[in-house]
Amino acid sequence: MRIQSKEDLEKLRNKGLKNLFPMKIKISVGMATCGLSTGAGKVYEAINKEVEKGKLPIIVNQTGCIGFCQKEPLVDIFEQRKPRIFYQGVTPERASELIYQWLDHKIVRDLLFFKMESEDWVVEGKKWDYNIECLPNGIDGTPYYHQVPFYNKQLKIALRNCGYINPDHIEEYIARGGYFSLFKALFEMKPEEIIEEIKQSGLRGRGGAGFPTGNKWESCRKSKGSKKFVLCNADEGDPGAYMDRSILEGDPHSVIEGMIIGAYAIGAQEGFIYVRDEYPLAIQKLKIAIQQAQEYGLLGENILGSGFSFNINLFRGGGAFVCGESTALMASIEGKAGEPRAKHIHTTESGLMDKPSNLNNVETWNNVPVILSRGSDWYSKIGTERSKGTKVFSVVGKVNNTGLVEVPMGITLREIVYDIGGGIPGGKKFKAVQTGGPSGGCIPESLLDLPVDFDRLTEVGSMMGSGGMIVMDESTCMVDVAKYFMNFLKDESCGKCTTCREGTKRMHEILTEISEGRGKPEHIQLLEELGWVTAEASLCALGGTAPNPVLSTIRYFRQEYEEHILNKRCPAKVCRPLLRYRILPEVCTMCGRCAKVCPEKAISGKTKTKKERGIPFKIDEQKCIKCGMCFDTCKFEAIEVD
Amino acid sequence: MISFKIDGQWVEGREDGNILESALDAGIEIPHLCYHESVKPYGACRLCLVEVLTKGRSRLTTACTYPVLKGIEVLTQTEKVLRARRMVVELLLAMCPGDVKIQEMALEMGVKEVRFKKEEKDCILCGLCARVCEEVVGANAIQFAFRGDRREMVPPFQGEAMNCIACGACVAICPVDVIGMKEEGDERTILRWKRTLKMKQCKVCGNYFAPWFQLEKFKEKAKLPNDFFDICYTCRS
Repeated sequence: MRIQSKEDLEKLRNKGLKNLFPMKIKISVGMATCGLSTGAGKVYEAINKEVEKGKLPIIVNQTGCIGFCQKEPLVDIFEQRKPRIFYQGVTPERASELIYQWLDHKIVRDLLFFKMESEDWVVEGKKWDYNIECLPNGIDGTPYYHQVPFYNKQLKIALRNCGYINPDHIEEYIARGGYFSLFKALFEMKPEEIIEEIKQSGLRGRGGAGFPTGNKWESCRKSKGSKKFVLCNADEGDPGAYMDRSILEGDPHSVIEGMIIGAYAIGAQEGFIYVRDEYPLAIQKLKIAIQQAQEYGLLGENILGSGFSFNINLFRGGGAFVCGESTALMASIEGKAGEPRAKHIHTTESGLMDKPSNLNNVETWNNVPVILSRGSDWYSKIGTERSKGTKVFSVVGKVNNTGLVEVPMGITLREIVYDIGGGIPGGKKFKAVQTGGPSGGCIPESLLDLPVDFDRLTEVGSMMGSGGMIVMDESTCMVDVAKYFMNFLKDESCGKCTTCREGTKRMHEILTEISEGRGKPEHIQLLEELGWVTAEASLCALGGTAPNPVLSTIRYFRQEYEEHILNKRCPAKVCRPLLRYRILPEVCTMCGRCAKVCPEKAISGKTKTKKERGIPFKIDEQKCIKCGMCFDTCKFEAIEVD
Repeated sequence: MISFKIDGQWVEGREDGNILESALDAGIEIPHLCYHESVKPYGACRLCLVEVLTKGRSRLTTACTYPVLKGIEVLTQTEKVLRARRMVVELLLAMCPGDVKIQEMALEMGVKEVRFKKEEKDCILCGLCARVCEEVVGANAIQFAFRGDRREMVPPFQGEAMNCIACGACVAICPVDVIGMKEEGDERTILRWKRTLKMKQCKVCGNYFAPWFQLEKFKEKAKLPNDFFDICYTCRS
């Protein structure tokens, strides 16, 4: 069926509403990659089996990720006139209990996470009320969604549909206001008006650089040429970052709708989504979504009868980090090696196949339909002076609550780490938070009250990047962190520029020297000099930002570097070659276990038996290879590490 | 032509040209390795760094990739430029300590010591050989392999470069002279690409003058008569 009018769209909305809020009980399992990796697939199977076995009147459904990845597998139960219940950490063994307790109007208390009595429809600014009439037994005291500290300060625009809809059903996306913005764009707005609206909204590119999206669209529209491209960058390569993956897996149509609107505004006829091949589920969801959009006439010839034609191709990236850089990405689509080129002539003038091309990140495209629907006035009220809207971060590392967090710009790092993230586990002390992916910087505790926006993060030597956020505690060594990221970058640099290829390699080499006890006092200055040249003299943004981990750790944790170099100590006790293991003779029980496990036979002493008194054990520092086996084996805490 | 200033001196540049080309034409020396007038600018070696002032903003960029534009001012000798350039040479020297050309450049720029572990490479990865092979010769015999610090210029799959016609363009263009060509009897070998080809003998003078494979390619490309290359270039003229 092809959608021809707004009435057709409304009809599909009604169909979607019946899917979203059926008359039967609906059990949904969060089955994005984060859920699947913790066993959501098996949970889904178990629930399905149980339903089939008992021939129960229950719909078993799958959704994307609702954000709190740490609590996966998340399962929610919807039934008319009852609160929607979310269970956390569900295992296949407990599937039947969940179902039968619910059928019995009861709740499984120990798995209960939170409840919802309504849901927000961001695109249209509506609230959908569940019209609660009866409460299951045992629900008292369950927090509402917004009372969960993890969700309390979040504002979901980009992740509006993730976890709420089944990404395979376009009708469910439409039900929550999807594709109505496209309708508005095609029939009620001129391309210039759309661009103006995006400009007014203050939306800036979510891929990292933060270039104003409206301005980019405008210069691409004004570029000469009848053939133009719009591209979506889904080559999310930062270690520990998965915002784009979640959006594509949980709400692929939001990106597609954004791209169609963008293409109409710019005057492009063809689009590409460059998605990394390591995201098989995202690719699968995108394929389904594109096909559905084509069937409904939302993509292809004469979209919705407007006369405008546009199509989207999927392009799978081969796994090079550098292909997230715009010109390298375009080279890759052209079938060439993913190498950046000089951009003195912008890609909006001459990009893919030398045609004007507009590249935006997944999250940027995803924001577009909301802006058109709610208006730039509404959107620009969220955020700070120069950074508008919200940003999704993947909060990972040494923090209690890990997951996807969408917050308004301007929120402080402290709020993200402590209020949303729940602070540092195990009573340890916070040390730093690394933002912006491998080429971001490490921000120390003294700057925790920094409001998160594009410019402020750059000022302190880090960057917004695509939204990775790694929290580190006192057991993290900053030299080791810098070394880790340099290792990543020296592998992932395309290798074209001498400064980037050799610069990252040499920085890694020097950091290795420092962490292995061969650091020299002049190394810090040499690192700073190398960092400066790599940033200033390399061609693309990868080289331009690559030294950030090194420079920011030197800037904020110079003492730690000096401790490694001058005193040959690693205060965080991470750099193995710098550690010294010592057995405390007064604590040693002379059990001899340490000597037994030592692979180098570096521990000597005499085991205490009933007949013999024994001699406390000792480590020969010359022989010790600092593997830590003795330390891990000793049950009496008789081994000290310095 | 577009006029702009380099180090205070007015120079002329082609409309679709680059800064380095204009500077060299005007006799202003900017050190460079990966640039050659016969192929497209690439910007890999980062030696031709200059400061470009536009609209009151200054940026460090490579002269070979920066287009000639109205109103720009180029500075080739600022402290920033020299500092960056010295580091680039030091990095190249640490990578290829045996390259005479790099040694000379380092000496000229006052780089006396290398503060990094010396490696034993000889290729500086400028890519000129592959670019001349693709853009000028059209043989596409070699290309970069791998990325990051494992990057290498190699024949396909590190075997023999089967598309190589042993024309020697890469040998001639290599700025550090590390490709190497050898002729022995009726054979010509391009050492680095492990390519050995039989040569054709001139019917007049009897000299071996060019590889068979190369001449066949030329004939095919230019649609020349079959006996066109029976006589060598010298005997023909």
